[in-house]
Amino acid sequence: MSFLYKMAPNLENLGQELIKCMHQTFQMLFISGSIAFILGLILGVLLIVTKKGGLLQNQLLYKFLDKSIDVIRSIPFIILMVFLIPLSRAIVGTGSGITGSYVALIAGTVPFFARQIETVLADVDHGLIEASEAMGFGPTEIIFSVYLKESIPGITRVTMITFVSLIGITAIAGAIGAGGLGDFAIRYGHQMGYRDMIWVTVAIILLIITVIQFIGNMIIRKTTH
Amino acid sequence: MIQLEKISKTFRAGNTQVHAVKEVSLDIGLGEVFGIIGFSGAGKSTLVRCINLLERPTEGKVILDGVDLMGLPQVRLREERRKMGMIFQHFNLLRSRTVYQNIAFPLRKSKLSKTEKHEKILSLLELVGLSDKKDAYPSQLSGGQKQRVAIARALANDPKVLLCDEATSALDPQTTKSILNLLKKVNNELGITIVLITHEMAVVKDICDRVAIMEDGRVVEEGETADVFSHPKEKLTRDFMDTASNINKIYELLEENHELTRVKEGEKLVLLTYSGGNAGESVISYLAEAYGVQANIIFGNVDILKNKPIGKLVVVLSGEGANMEKALQYIKQRKVQLEVIKG
Repeated sequence: MSFLYKMAPNLENLGQELIKCMHQTFQMLFISGSIAFILGLILGVLLIVTKKGGLLQNQLLYKFLDKSIDVIRSIPFIILMVFLIPLSRAIVGTGSGITGSYVALIAGTVPFFARQIETVLADVDHGLIEASEAMGFGPTEIIFSVYLKESIPGITRVTMITFVSLIGITAIAGAIGAGGLGDFAIRYGHQMGYRDMIWVTVAIILLIITVIQFIGNMIIRKTTH
Repeated sequence: MIQLEKISKTFRAGNTQVHAVKEVSLDIGLGEVFGIIGFSGAGKSTLVRCINLLERPTEGKVILDGVDLMGLPQVRLREERRKMGMIFQHFNLLRSRTVYQNIAFPLRKSKLSKTEKHEKILSLLELVGLSDKKDAYPSQLSGGQKQRVAIARALANDPKVLLCDEATSALDPQTTKSILNLLKKVNNELGITIVLITHEMAVVKDICDRVAIMEDGRVVEEGETADVFSHPKEKLTRDFMDTASNINKIYELLEENHELTRVKEGEKLVLLTYSGGNAGESVISYLAEAYGVQANIIFGNVDILKNKPIGKLVVVLSGEGANMEKALQYIKQRKVQLEVIKG
C-alpha cells in the first residue's frame, strides 16, 4: 500500500472516490454490455438471415436495419448521448446519472457490434447451411446450432473489440453525470492537476482490458479446431 | 423411387434470366445408382438440388416415393428431407464438432433413445472405417476421411436415397476409388438408392447402373451406362467417353501431322468401336485373310463399363480399291462402328 501511495500520493485522499468510480464503470460495462451483447447478436443474426439469399430472406427488413445501423453509427457518441436523453427519460425515467447512461451506451454499442457479428456470421460456409437444410433442419436450429455455434471464436473476438470500444464510451458518459473512471480522470487528473491520478486511471483500464483479452483468447483457443 | 417430371429452374439476375435446368424428366428406380454427368455449367448441381428442394423448381414435379414434395408445407418437407442424405464436393462438416458429434448432428431430430443413437453412430463409424477417428476434428482429417464422415452423417437418419453432389471431385484418383467403393458398399448392403452428379467419366464408369448426360440444362441422352457409352448418340457423350480413354490422342497427333497418322495412297485411317461379344481383333485378322486388307493398329483402348468391354482401335487399313470397299462393308456388318478419320 505504502508503495502505491509513494507512487501516487493523491491516492491516499482519493482512494475511496476512485473505488466508487471504478464501481460505476463496472456497473455501466456490465449492464449496458450484457444488454448490448444480446441485442447486437439478435440484430447481427437478423442481418444475416434477411439478406438476399439468406435463410429468411426479407429485403425490406434488411434494408431498414442496414440503413438504421449506418445512420446511428455515423453520429459521434457525445452527440448521440445528448440526442437520446428524451428517449432515455421515456425508457428508464431519467436522462442523467448512471441509469441515464444505459440507453446511450447501448445505442452506441449495438450497431457497431451487430455489424461485426454480421461479418463473423457471413464467414460461415454457405455449404454448411445448405447441408443442414438438406438434413431437414429449420431456420431456428440452423441459427443456433450452425451459425452461432460454429462462430464462437469469431463472436468472442469481436466481443473483445466491442468491449474495448465500450470502455471508451463509458468514459464519455461522465459528461451526463454517470461518473466512472473517465469522469474521475477529468475531474481530478485534469481539472485539479493531479497527474498521478491520470496514470492510475490508465493503469486500471489497461488492467481491465488485459483481463478481458486473456479470457477472450482462452475461449478462442478452446473453441478453435 | 424418385420421379422428376418436366423440371425447370430459372434464376433471375436483374433483368436477365438464366435457365439452369430445362424440362428434365427422370425416373430413378429403387436401389439404383444413377449418374448425371455433364461439364461445369450444365445445370447438374441445380438439378440434384431440385430433388430435395434445396432449389425449388420453377416448374415441374418432384415425387419421392409417391409423395409430391412441391406440395408439402415446410415442416412436412423437412421430414421428407430426412429420408434423403446428401454429400457434397467440399464435405461441409461442422468444424467446431468432432467426427462423432458431426454424425450425431442430424440425429437431433430422431426419435431414437440416447443409447440407440450412440450405437447407431458407432456402427456408422465402423461402416465408413473411421472408428479410431471418432474424437478427431475435421481439420485433422484428410479429404477422403472427411468425405467418409460426411457419408456416415448422411446415412444417420437411415435415408432411402443418397444424393452425391460432385462427391469425389475434390479428391485424388486413389481416394476417389476408395470413396466409390464405399458408395458401392452402401448401395449393395443397405440398398440405398444413389443419385450422383459428376464431371468425371471414371466415376460413372465405375459405379453407375444408369446414366443421364446433361448439357445446357437438358438431359441429352439417358440409359444403361454400358449401352449409352457403347453406342453414344450424342457428340457430348462421345466427348465424355474420350475423356476417359487415350483415344482422342489421335486427333492431337493428326493436328501435329505426326508420322503415325500419315497415310499413303490407298490407305485409310479409321477408328473402330466395338462392344461386348464382337471383338475387334478377330475382325482385323479376317480382313487380312478374306480381302487381303492389312490393318496396322496405331492405338488401342479397352474400357470396362459395368463389366462390359468397350474397345476402341485406331488402325491404318491398306489394300487395293475394291477389296477395301468390301472390307469396310464387312466391318459394318459385324456391328463394329466405323469412322474414317483420314483417307
